[in-house]
Amino acid sequence: MSIARKSVVWGLFAAGGTLSAFLFPAVIALFLLVALGRVPPGLEFANLQAFAGHWVGKSALFLVIFLSLWHAAHRLRVVFHDFGVRRDKAVANAVYLVAAIGTVMTAFYLYRI
Amino acid sequence: MSRQPYVRPMPKASWYLGNARYRRYMLREVTCLLVGVYCALLIWALAALSSGSPERWGAFLAAQQNTAMVVFHALALVYYLVYMTFDWFKLAPKAMPVQFGEQKLPGSVIVIGHYVAWIAVTLFVLWLAGVLQT
Repeated sequence: MSIARKSVVWGLFAAGGTLSAFLFPAVIALFLLVALGRVPPGLEFANLQAFAGHWVGKSALFLVIFLSLWHAAHRLRVVFHDFGVRRDKAVANAVYLVAAIGTVMTAFYLYRI
Repeated sequence: MSRQPYVRPMPKASWYLGNARYRRYMLREVTCLLVGVYCALLIWALAALSSGSPERWGAFLAAQQNTAMVVFHALALVYYLVYMTFDWFKLAPKAMPVQFGEQKLPGSVIVIGHYVAWIAVTLFVLWLAGVLQT
């Protein structure tokens, strides 16, 4: 990989890692509350639609999911190598493809709201 | 003419087992799977939300409510905090050292700053979700 492209991949990785390190504990806690049957008022249909319908909420959700997905994809690529899988090209194509599909789905669903 | 360099034989898939630092590294790196899982859950939620039907949103919430999910999220939260969030903060001064002229900001200041910001961000998200409202 060229040095120029490497810095882009690394930049997305670092940004996504920082975002997910800061935000995901709260996200997991919210999923835990939902699982316990204690759905917080902000996660009721009308409230969440209003949040995701506003461009600020839309952009925030898109950025968080997009960057976290790329972070996870890039890190998973290295993890595959660390566990002894040496077919880096195939692994890279697969993980980045899944991240790209997830990003497109996120954009599509947010656009539809 | 170049000689064959000596490559120390190393098991490809289990090289990290004998060393505590390497084990810690592997435990940290596999947190990317949790990031992926929660991204998938968020996209699933967006799919239900964007259908525009409160019933489909209700069905999504109902699908999340079972004991297996409670156990998974509880374990994931602890693992994520220890090996992703806190490790990320611990490495921050090495990844992003802050320097003013000749003076370097002590690493401990950067780490404490991360913890303070993290508490603020967490409270903000919980407030946004209405958890902190009475």
